[in-house]
Amino acid sequence: MKALRLHAELDAVWRTPRTWKGILTNVNHSDLGLRFMIAATVYFAIGGVLAMLIRAQLATPRSAFVGPEIFNQLFTMHGSLMMFMFAIPFFEGLAMYMLPKLLGSRDLAFPRLSAFGWWCYLFGGFILIVAMVLGLAPDGGWFMYTPLASKTYTPGINADVWLLGITFVEISAVCASIELTVSILKLRAPGMSLGRMPIFAWYILVTALMMVIGFPPLILASTLLEVERAFGWPFFDPTRGGHPLLWQHLFWLFGHPEVYIIFLPAAGVVSTVLPVMVRHPLIGYGWVVGSILALGFFSFGLWVHHMFATGIPHLALAFFSAASALVAVPTVVQIFAWLATMWAGRPQMRLPMLYISGFFFIFLLGGLTGVMLAMVPFNWQVHDTAFVTAHLHYVLIGGFIFPMMAGLYYWLPRLTGRMSHPLLGRLGFWLTFVGFNLTFLVMHLTGLLGMPRRVYTYDAGMGWDWPNLISSLGSFVLTIGFAAALIDIVLAVAFGRRSPRNPWRASTLEWALPTPVPSYNLASLPQVETSDPLDRRHDLAAALAVGDGYLGRVRSGLRETTGVAIASGRLSEIVVLPGNSWLPIVTAAVTGCFFLAMLFGFYWLAPVALIAVIVLAWHWAGSLGSRADLGPIDAGRGERAPAHHEMKEAPGWWGSVFALTADATFFMSLLFGYAFLATVAPGWPPPSLVEPSLLAGGTLVAATLLAWWAERAGFAAMQAGMARRARLGLGIALAAVTVALAALIAFGWLGLPSPRIHAYGAVVWVLVAYGGVHLVIALVMLAFVWRRLLQGYVSPARLLEPRIANLWLRYAVVANLIMLVVVSLPGIASWRW
Amino acid sequence: MLLGLSALSFIVIFGIFILAWRRDRSRKVRLRLFLIGGGLVFPLVLLTIATVYGVALGERITGARTSPSLTVEARAERWHWQFTRQTGRGSVTRPNVLHIPAGRTVEVIVTSSDVIHSFWVPRLAGKIDAIPGMRNRILLRADIPGRYNGVCAEFCGTGHTAMNFSVVAHDADGWAAHDKDVLP
Repeated sequence: MKALRLHAELDAVWRTPRTWKGILTNVNHSDLGLRFMIAATVYFAIGGVLAMLIRAQLATPRSAFVGPEIFNQLFTMHGSLMMFMFAIPFFEGLAMYMLPKLLGSRDLAFPRLSAFGWWCYLFGGFILIVAMVLGLAPDGGWFMYTPLASKTYTPGINADVWLLGITFVEISAVCASIELTVSILKLRAPGMSLGRMPIFAWYILVTALMMVIGFPPLILASTLLEVERAFGWPFFDPTRGGHPLLWQHLFWLFGHPEVYIIFLPAAGVVSTVLPVMVRHPLIGYGWVVGSILALGFFSFGLWVHHMFATGIPHLALAFFSAASALVAVPTVVQIFAWLATMWAGRPQMRLPMLYISGFFFIFLLGGLTGVMLAMVPFNWQVHDTAFVTAHLHYVLIGGFIFPMMAGLYYWLPRLTGRMSHPLLGRLGFWLTFVGFNLTFLVMHLTGLLGMPRRVYTYDAGMGWDWPNLISSLGSFVLTIGFAAALIDIVLAVAFGRRSPRNPWRASTLEWALPTPVPSYNLASLPQVETSDPLDRRHDLAAALAVGDGYLGRVRSGLRETTGVAIASGRLSEIVVLPGNSWLPIVTAAVTGCFFLAMLFGFYWLAPVALIAVIVLAWHWAGSLGSRADLGPIDAGRGERAPAHHEMKEAPGWWGSVFALTADATFFMSLLFGYAFLATVAPGWPPPSLVEPSLLAGGTLVAATLLAWWAERAGFAAMQAGMARRARLGLGIALAAVTVALAALIAFGWLGLPSPRIHAYGAVVWVLVAYGGVHLVIALVMLAFVWRRLLQGYVSPARLLEPRIANLWLRYAVVANLIMLVVVSLPGIASWRW
Repeated sequence: MLLGLSALSFIVIFGIFILAWRRDRSRKVRLRLFLIGGGLVFPLVLLTIATVYGVALGERITGARTSPSLTVEARAERWHWQFTRQTGRGSVTRPNVLHIPAGRTVEVIVTSSDVIHSFWVPRLAGKIDAIPGMRNRILLRADIPGRYNGVCAEFCGTGHTAMNFSVVAHDADGWAAHDKDVLP
């Protein structure tokens, strides 16, 4: 009875109505996670159909099925969809859905951000798909190498569709990465220290951190190329001081970590599912955690192995070759941890384990060809041939799709409450496995026989006829296998046998939830004392349902979950989460207007959209917070904790820390690009250097430092509860940032060369713009804190918002000072007043 | 070499995977053997061998110390190749066919007039990209006279598939005759 009453109370607060309004304003992580997974599966199907068309064209020599124009669109879209629209969103969806349940939390840290990311992904995908249907799809390869993707050689809208559509989707990925990082670090059940976390959470944590650092270089590259295409700023044009390889460096600086970003969540599924299938806890938990941290770190040092044939000196290649070989070691450590677990346990060939066996076979072969490719001389021979196509499909299908299928079948009872039919599932596996190897094992040979990638046809008599025909036949078997698995899952959802609550007898918390999953996940949150909370605690689910854990009640209609100290997992705060909202979808739509304005060349509309985004962000932040100091509140189980806005390091503060980390990576990539062009590009030194204006530059320095100091004084006054002095300090800081912005504009106007003549001018203008954008952000944030101070949302106990503004202001000051130095130094000799 | 190491690794790892399914085996796991032996020592030894071998081979191929007997420029342009040879009596440019003497090392300076292409003669050497604004270098050596097919190996647009060329390696007599033929 008590459980039912509690359910009714919690559900009233957390529920999303099943109406159009409910669908559009939903911020629930289970719903959004499912949406991500379903949409990603749709894109997988579209990408798969494109692959079928490619294989149909290549089945026979001199085939007249499609011409090169269509063929180029086909393989470009196949790669782009599979990478950006399927692989990443799919594991994001799985992580969004699973993590709070695994961690014993009620939602993710920033529910509205999940929803915003979802809408960005959906709208960005529309741009790509509509373009494809209209025959305007990108056709420069998923890697978009310049100068082929520059305006001269791709004059149409095709390349812009890629740059803008994919960047739009990237926003979603960066949002998800910050969201997942903070949620794993802060939103867990009390007592779950880092060392007790389910291993899947470790994998997603490392993956999310890699995304925080890995995506900004690509966003920078896309921004620069779009600016080059739209306004003629020559970053990649070798005739005007640019360099085509700048694109490749930035692209692979993202692109190589991306491979591990895709692999790690899948390996996380293996580390979660395999121990359950062999009835033994994972052996070497610490080793696995260490190896994924090492993998994440090393993966940023190998990007050059995609560029072995670009004429980089052999000694440098040797370094990257050794690093590429070395990165195999952490993966081998994981493989042996899995083998040891199997050895200690009693493996059972259930369907998830069958997929894991397929993963072992295929991924091992893909990893070995990967090591072969890391060897420079071998790479020179097979680079850009079908051998590489075969290798990457072994790694990505073997290393991502097979484990994900294992995960899907493992969690199917969790997702749907139903079991699938064993026969059809096995048939799907075997068709997929045989079809896959038929297609791609032979393709290694095709590559060794010299067939290059991305050719739309070939002549008979090169020895390529039979291997290509076998690959094409195999690919159709593979597709039938995927279709069988999909039908199996659909049938299971519709007619499957009801599953018991914990069908695999697993020990992680997600199996303590009732089915269907309630809107609030758990009626009360557990105290976690071991790394296997469900082991020998079969009564835990029932105890939580009647409210014996933390937060087994509703406090003034708020959505609450527990926040913990990062390392120890001790209960530190009660996190109040926002409810359903129109803001995510509206903000995503306005962001979409910005991208469409850029795409169609309505450049006047773009700033309007950006201003609208700022206004929305203001409302976004303004709808949270509290006007009263509550002090520690009862959290259940006899413990008390303050609400998160009374904490120094609340989730929002950490969110800003990671957003700034991504931002700083963007800035560092830009500085790298500047240094790269200055040292490597032809046509340097540039015809004219910056003539730094001493007055404008000096004012900028003085004003930013004044802002730093005044904000600090204002913050001290807020801590002391002196509202007047706080307003004075903030007022001075606001004025100082405004002056700094004016000085920056004057600095650019007076001393900078035109951005269109030489890449040097283009880069320094981008640097100045970067400084300006951050001053604007600081200005808006300071104004927001000023307003909140007036409205009574700030007190000596409630300093979360001022602390976040403080972070962004200080970042803006430091970024502007660095920017000023690197922009002024080369031309310092020709300074002027 | 690489293939042998790979086959060995595959047999070891997949072998353990298969053996783990046997019911009549001891379930004692020697942690050190698995994690340190299998996870660290095993790959490090094999990878070191492969990497050292690869780097040494790479040094030999790039041939920092060999002096080529002939230098030609290969300029890629959508969608064909121009091969230019500097001689005492001026330069000779020919489209899509590169003539070289057999049995001698030839240096090819590879560049591009527009987008990125890649110069590849599968039977003679690895590939090197043709990048606008850069002059890359590769060494070719054909020991047996004859005609060798070459392709563009970097995607360069709609004509990428058809951007083929050939290398003709002449024996000593043929090379002398060719020289007489092309030089003014």
